[in-house]
Amino acid sequence: MSVTLERRTSAISGVNPVAKLATALLVAGVLVLSIDWVSATVALGLELVLFAFAGISARTFWLRTLPVWVMAPLAGVTIALYGEASGRTHLEWLFVHVTDGSLTLAIATVLRILAIGLPAVVLFITIDPTDLADGLAQVAKLPSRFVLGGLAGLRLVGLLIEDWRSIELARRARGVADRGRLRRLPGQAFALLVIAIRRGSKLATAMEARGFGGDTERSWARESHFGGRDVALILVGAGIAAAAVTVAVATGDWNVIWARS
Amino acid sequence: MTDAAATGARVSARGWGWRHAGRPDWAVRDLDLLIEPGERVLLLGASGSGKSTLMHGLAGVLGGEEEGEASGELEIDGSAPANQRGTAGLVLQDPDSQVILARVGDDIAFGCENLGVPREETWRRVGEALETVGLDLALEHPTSALSGGQKQRLALAGVLAMQPRLLLLDEPTANLDPEGVREVVEATRRVLDRTGATLLVVEHRVAVWRGLVDRVVVLGAEGGVLADGSPEQVLTGEGEALAASGIWVPAHPPRRPQRRNIEAGPPLLSTEALAVARTRGDAVQSGVELFVAAGQALVLTGPNGVGKSTVALTLAGLLPPAEGTVHAHRTLAGRAGAHPIRWRSRELLTRIGTVFQDPEHQLLTGRVREELAVGLRALKLGASEIEERVDELLARLRLAHLADANPFTLSGGEKRRLSVATMLATRPPLLVLDEPTFGQDSRTWEELVAMFAGLLDDGSAIVMATHDEELIEALATRTHALTPQREAVLS
Amino acid sequence: MTAAPFITTSSSTGRKRPSFRWRVVDIVVASVIGVASGLVFVAWNIAHEPLSNLVAFLPGLSALFGGGWLFAGVLTALVVRKPGAAIYGEFLAATVSALVGNQWGALTLVSGLVQGLGAELVFAAFLYTNWRLSGTVLAGMGAGLAMAITDLTLWYPGAGILFITVYSISAIVSGAVIAGLLSWLAMRGLARTGALSRFAAGRDVAAPR
Repeated sequence: MSVTLERRTSAISGVNPVAKLATALLVAGVLVLSIDWVSATVALGLELVLFAFAGISARTFWLRTLPVWVMAPLAGVTIALYGEASGRTHLEWLFVHVTDGSLTLAIATVLRILAIGLPAVVLFITIDPTDLADGLAQVAKLPSRFVLGGLAGLRLVGLLIEDWRSIELARRARGVADRGRLRRLPGQAFALLVIAIRRGSKLATAMEARGFGGDTERSWARESHFGGRDVALILVGAGIAAAAVTVAVATGDWNVIWARS
Repeated sequence: MTDAAATGARVSARGWGWRHAGRPDWAVRDLDLLIEPGERVLLLGASGSGKSTLMHGLAGVLGGEEEGEASGELEIDGSAPANQRGTAGLVLQDPDSQVILARVGDDIAFGCENLGVPREETWRRVGEALETVGLDLALEHPTSALSGGQKQRLALAGVLAMQPRLLLLDEPTANLDPEGVREVVEATRRVLDRTGATLLVVEHRVAVWRGLVDRVVVLGAEGGVLADGSPEQVLTGEGEALAASGIWVPAHPPRRPQRRNIEAGPPLLSTEALAVARTRGDAVQSGVELFVAAGQALVLTGPNGVGKSTVALTLAGLLPPAEGTVHAHRTLAGRAGAHPIRWRSRELLTRIGTVFQDPEHQLLTGRVREELAVGLRALKLGASEIEERVDELLARLRLAHLADANPFTLSGGEKRRLSVATMLATRPPLLVLDEPTFGQDSRTWEELVAMFAGLLDDGSAIVMATHDEELIEALATRTHALTPQREAVLS
Repeated sequence: MTAAPFITTSSSTGRKRPSFRWRVVDIVVASVIGVASGLVFVAWNIAHEPLSNLVAFLPGLSALFGGGWLFAGVLTALVVRKPGAAIYGEFLAATVSALVGNQWGALTLVSGLVQGLGAELVFAAFLYTNWRLSGTVLAGMGAGLAMAITDLTLWYPGAGILFITVYSISAIVSGAVIAGLLSWLAMRGLARTGALSRFAAGRDVAAPR
């Protein structure tokens, strides 16, 4: 997990996180406009080629992108069964209506989720929260009080995970762990929330005692650089999006979501 | 300005008081106090005398009108603390909750950034602060990998980089092992010698700061100052009263119990080539050979992070052994089988009770009375028996007046007593205690130790992970010292 | 500098007008709630698949479990009671979910933003004065409606009218119950533990002690 603050080295790890975020949003923002298999396939194909140059090990890639590979077909099945019907009917049972049209939409849905989800995961793997916060506050000019507050909250993740483990062990010691895990979940989540808020209140005092949140203009001990590499990454993203749209429009498959039905 | 930075600040309170919003009572009231530049003051007082409120007030972090109301005046160098951020630097008790950022360098630089200190100057100060507190770490070093003592020194460095003229330490060593305590006190001494800052430190254990302070101030529970003078004066005159209110005064240590019966009973638990791990595949100790017998107290000792708690929780049947076995003898196991980790949660209740280091991890309900009944309900005891046992425990652990309170709202000592009581409710013959006396005042300590001694006399067995020397001297039948077995992650 | 005199106003126990400015403790505690909620999101990302398969017989009913991603904004707003809290809490939780890695990629951030906005608009419509159950449930419904809009646009644009209808209603019901009612109960419980003593939310629910 990138939230565990490991520093990694790979081709894109040095790129400003704001550029990665912008690229992922740019690709997603364009692909989401249409539901067709052509634009999604073009984007996905280009992305898969580029992943090879990202410098991420195959193991990491599959491990981290696994949820996307699982989710995409499931969403596809949903659309195949309940998607807008058109063309030949293959199966009809209760609300289920599988048609040529719904199957085409399903394939497009699967490809589209992959094309949107995969690059985001790959780009986010190498984001260090500290660098992201630096970038968001200095490059994207978001309000520093909120960015740094969020960052400090994020640092508590490790502690909260440890708390969670202790809470679980303690349930066993208290004699209540024979019940189902799912039924204990709300109680444990509540206990975690209490502990988290306690920690947060103390952290807030510590931060305020160090002058955080005052009226003085803040200085930055480390500069967040935004240079040629960052612009290049965004251009690559724009290139993928443009190629996808161009090919889909050319083949006549571009299918804008709000213009449908 | 170099002169001003090189001297301490002057603190004055005139009839000062503070009441938190929504509370009927004042946390501090009618306080008159004058501290001259460069003085080193130890601030004592029973819990509830408002020591922390005063520290927060001086650090300017009590908040505005929304959070409470003030009376009188509280000033640093003649002006309100909230108007001069950076003049006072505050270090708090909990090491984990005051690390702000993920990297050592960033964390120390945080205060400077907030004060708008230019970049080059910030990094110069960061280096200087690291050196002064004796932390030999890279700027990129992850703060999550630090020990408690290192985290407290990091907090001190972060404060130091702001060049404060008043150093406020609010029980900075209460959560540390002896090594960590020594590190923090030494670092503080160096900071004071270099900066000449005024020091105000709150601490329950007088011995820790005795050699560093030149004045002791005692706050009264009803407001105002009870005693004020040199350490000798105050500790001689007020020592007994302070000890009675829970402060650790060297000349008045808490009473140690007389053991009635130190005979060992039958064996309950033993281990063979045991390796333990908190997370799978990450063993911290291996080849552990231990046995526990009725009526005996086995103490696990060793430095921070050595795996004391992990061994204790594995013995308690909560963590699976990474290798080897934990063998429960027939006396303890009954019909449940020889491996505690395979027991059902309910079967543990009448066999092994575990008291966690942080009581909040084991709270389950919204009322103290309910909390004590949880285990008894799981055992499906009758309503009248449950009520009987709960009432008995409430009385025995002085919790009766809190029977309907929400457990999370109790004080640290009350929570500790409650967490012990929840385990005693189902009368297990073996108790596993993880740092049971951590951060407790001397009165709670005395009560806990007396109770543990009584349990041992009655034939219960105790396993505890601790580095409390007094506790070990008072109760240990045997100690098992754990030594680090893998490359220390810390350095 | 002259000393800022503190004036004792011992009888000012009356309700003060709440300030809309975020204090440091508001920001940090909102962050912590957002982050902790984000961890719950991560667990929910995995757990909701088998759950939604249980109701797969009716199209769109899976949105009934969507509330598991909607409570962060409502709960954050209930605790800190500041403008923007719902958006901030929901967005931060979504960020944690995205950083850990999930199937929705960068668009998790968009969903988080819009769903936070859905709850925020309801709280804002009451001028940030209704923190009772009624306002909370409505805010949950707002978040639910926002979820229906984002999901149907981003992920199910090919869906038929039946699916769209069922999905929207399920999302709103889920928002009302999980994000609304549950958040409200959680806030009351938190207040009773004393963890919210620095917040008006905590002082309104007096701890029985």
